[in-house]
Amino acid sequence: MEIIFFYLVAFVVVVSGFLVILCKSPINSALGLVNTFFCLAIFYVMLHAPFMAAIQIMVYAGAIMVLILFVIMLLNLGTAARKRYTQGIVWSAIASLMVLVNVVFFLKRGRVTGAEGDVTAFMVESVGHTELIGRTMFTEFILPFEIASILLLVAIVGAVVLAKKEV
Amino acid sequence: MITVYHYMGVAGILFAMGTYGVLTRRNAIVIFMCIELMLNSVNLTFISLSTHLQNMDGQIFVFFIMAVAAAEAAVGLALMITFYRNRESIDVDDMNMLKW
Amino acid sequence: MYDKLWLIPFFPLLGCIINGLLGKRFIKNEKVIGAIGTGAVFLSFLVSCKYFFQLLGDSVKTHENVVASWITVGNLHIDWGFLLDPLSAIMLLVVCGVGSLIHLYSIGYMHGEEGFYRYFSYLNLFIFAMLMLVLGNNLLVMFVGWEGVGLCSYLLIGYYFEKKSAGDAAKKAFVMNRVGDFGFLLGLFVIFWTLGSNHGVWTLNFVEISENAHLLSGDMMLGLGVTTVATLCFFLGATGKSAQLPLYTWLPDAMEGPTPVSALIHAATMVTAGVYMIGRMNVLFAMSPTTMAVVALVGALTAIFAASIGFAQNDIKRVLAYSTVSQLGFMFVAMGVGAFTAGIFHLMTHAFFKACLFLGSGSVIHAMHHAFHHAHLDDDAQDMRNMGGLRKKMPITWATFGISCLAISGLPFFSGFFSKDEILWWAFASSRGSLLIWGIVVVAACMTAFYMFRCLIMTFHGEQKTNAKAKDHVHESPWTITVPLIVLAGLATVGGLIGIPHAIDIAHLGNKLEAFLAPVFEHSQHLYKIEAHGSASTEISLMVLSVLIACVGICAAYFMYKKNPELPAKFTSKFPKFHRFIFNKWFVDEAYDVLFVNSTKKLGIFCWKGFDVKVVDGIVNGVAKVVGGLSSVLRHTQTGLFHNYALTMVLGTVVMVAIFILN
Repeated sequence: MEIIFFYLVAFVVVVSGFLVILCKSPINSALGLVNTFFCLAIFYVMLHAPFMAAIQIMVYAGAIMVLILFVIMLLNLGTAARKRYTQGIVWSAIASLMVLVNVVFFLKRGRVTGAEGDVTAFMVESVGHTELIGRTMFTEFILPFEIASILLLVAIVGAVVLAKKEV
Repeated sequence: MITVYHYMGVAGILFAMGTYGVLTRRNAIVIFMCIELMLNSVNLTFISLSTHLQNMDGQIFVFFIMAVAAAEAAVGLALMITFYRNRESIDVDDMNMLKW
Repeated sequence: MYDKLWLIPFFPLLGCIINGLLGKRFIKNEKVIGAIGTGAVFLSFLVSCKYFFQLLGDSVKTHENVVASWITVGNLHIDWGFLLDPLSAIMLLVVCGVGSLIHLYSIGYMHGEEGFYRYFSYLNLFIFAMLMLVLGNNLLVMFVGWEGVGLCSYLLIGYYFEKKSAGDAAKKAFVMNRVGDFGFLLGLFVIFWTLGSNHGVWTLNFVEISENAHLLSGDMMLGLGVTTVATLCFFLGATGKSAQLPLYTWLPDAMEGPTPVSALIHAATMVTAGVYMIGRMNVLFAMSPTTMAVVALVGALTAIFAASIGFAQNDIKRVLAYSTVSQLGFMFVAMGVGAFTAGIFHLMTHAFFKACLFLGSGSVIHAMHHAFHHAHLDDDAQDMRNMGGLRKKMPITWATFGISCLAISGLPFFSGFFSKDEILWWAFASSRGSLLIWGIVVVAACMTAFYMFRCLIMTFHGEQKTNAKAKDHVHESPWTITVPLIVLAGLATVGGLIGIPHAIDIAHLGNKLEAFLAPVFEHSQHLYKIEAHGSASTEISLMVLSVLIACVGICAAYFMYKKNPELPAKFTSKFPKFHRFIFNKWFVDEAYDVLFVNSTKKLGIFCWKGFDVKVVDGIVNGVAKVVGGLSSVLRHTQTGLFHNYALTMVLGTVVMVAIFILN
């Protein structure tokens, strides 16, 4: 039952991915991307990571996509006027196929090993995913967390400076 | 039974698609969206492995990737606005000043 | 209680810094600058006196005062350390005492000069460096001082740097000194390495070197004993610093500097550093009879050679410069025959009478210069042919100059008599001496008396040959100049009484200097059997002989220049070649030019025009051209198109990941 659901969602992800890369209108691409984000959120829930699913929707589908759509509409972009170069498409297809081949090879040849932790599905359910994330984040990863906050601050200031007409 | 390989296969397909999009599209905003697609495929890999290994570190990584993606979106879109203001276009083929 | 030794070099350094940094902008006043400079050295002199008397009453004669650790690498430990023993105590008194007198003199002499503050700053820096040289407790600190005095000598010779000849003389002094310093460094390395690698004593400390020197007695290097090699290297250093053959030619040229500088650096202190260094390392030198013989021979040859040049010079300072070279030769003879005490004794008395002679000549030049200036004449203020008959105009200068001439000629009971006769006696009777050395030195002593009295007579006696316009403007110098002269003349008269030889010691005063210096030299003299054999009667007859010989020189000078002033001209016309030869200083400078200077110059020009311009620049320009050519082709890959870059990047990443997976 679960596997069927997985394949269904995977199918939707791939289809909306194609929408993103093939649609002529940027608006359509953006809507396809939103769809992808939602499907990934479903995957996250299936992977016992409900908090990640929540912020996936809030940050990506909410904040970033809104920003992108806002810019598309602000700049009033129509469909792409010029055609794509055929030569470019062939080369690009080869390159991305090679990427895919790499991934397949990697999955076939490699084995997933590593330091196994103690965060079982049961523990996530009993303690709560948010609390687990929070504990790790504010103890072990407190310094990167603070640095990320500074990064965001810099990004905000940079965006304002760049977008202003006259500084 | 869904294994970690299923998720990683989906992530791989998404990543290849994102690459194709980056390489073929001319509209800078669409290219930007394709990059977001690639980032998300990586996020999926991280979270699936994190669950598989029962270790929280991968999810923390995803959290930081999201923070970086947000910063990138803010700065990148501001850059596009600036460029559009100068050139009346966001076609990357018009961004060719940096050459011999 | 010897832990404040560092104060001695500290004061001059402080004076140098204050005058050097603040003199031009803030102090300006000549009197204040002079007082600071002189005061700093005088304070050092007071501290030195305190330690000297403390040492006199102390039974332990060697004291070290380590201020800070300097270098610690592996086995090498070097401290900023000071060493006080009788030898350095004597040197301290000479350097600080004569130094402060000359500082005082300089206030009057340099009055109104452009760079007054600069002069005093350099002079204090020199005293500082000299005190480091004298006080250093290891070879490297000594070397710092050794280089420092060389630097100050360079700066002060080139004090009138707007004059080309002064700049050239400064460079010449510096380069010739470098040759010697190279030898000093080699000697230092040889000692450090052989003591360390062969015997496990890694040290540069003088006391430790002296204590462990006997370990080196069997070691060989380059077919010679290690001590011979090392001491020959050190002696090369000494010939550079102390102006011995073959590196003496810089000293006469150094007279381009102000006269007090010539007195302080190029007569009393710096040039005696080589003698001091041999005294400091006497144990090593005593171990090598070969080196001792070389030292004695070089000293003797220098003594007679420089004296012969002194015969024909007309520039008053040049006569004194060659006299200095000659007297330094005497000191090296003393060191070479093992008469360490006599060498240091002569160093001290020479400091007195030669400083007095130089300062006296400075007083004369000062007066002449003013007179010519007053009369708007361009005559040479240093040429003795413009002088004569100054005795009545400048009585004090005349008297002090005359006393010093008597002292340097070695007339009885002046200081030079005791020290010179000590040297002659040792050259004759020492186990390391020989009749040859003694003979050369005796002749040199006679020549010394001759040219010094020639100088005295030409300057102060006879008719005044100054231009008539300037004649009446010649006056005695101010008190800052005459007081040091009187003090030094006094010292030149009585300074010898501390070293009365046993043979004529009627009042049983004892040879105080010998007793005082004994802890430093006795050890090596006993160990290597260096002693003077001979009866008191031989010694006394030798003394009488040398006094007679000095009198011969004086009488000859009196006869030639006072009684029959036309005689020298006759002599010159009779032996024109001989006169030309010594007048031109045996053409040594010219020979050096041909042998070393020109070939080095040619090599330099070849390196510049041939090697640097063609090869080095060619390689550099060639690399740039190749890179430029290649990039003019390769730059077309930079299309500026986003997709090209992105595609390349993806392909590169794919390849790298593929390699990673396949491995």
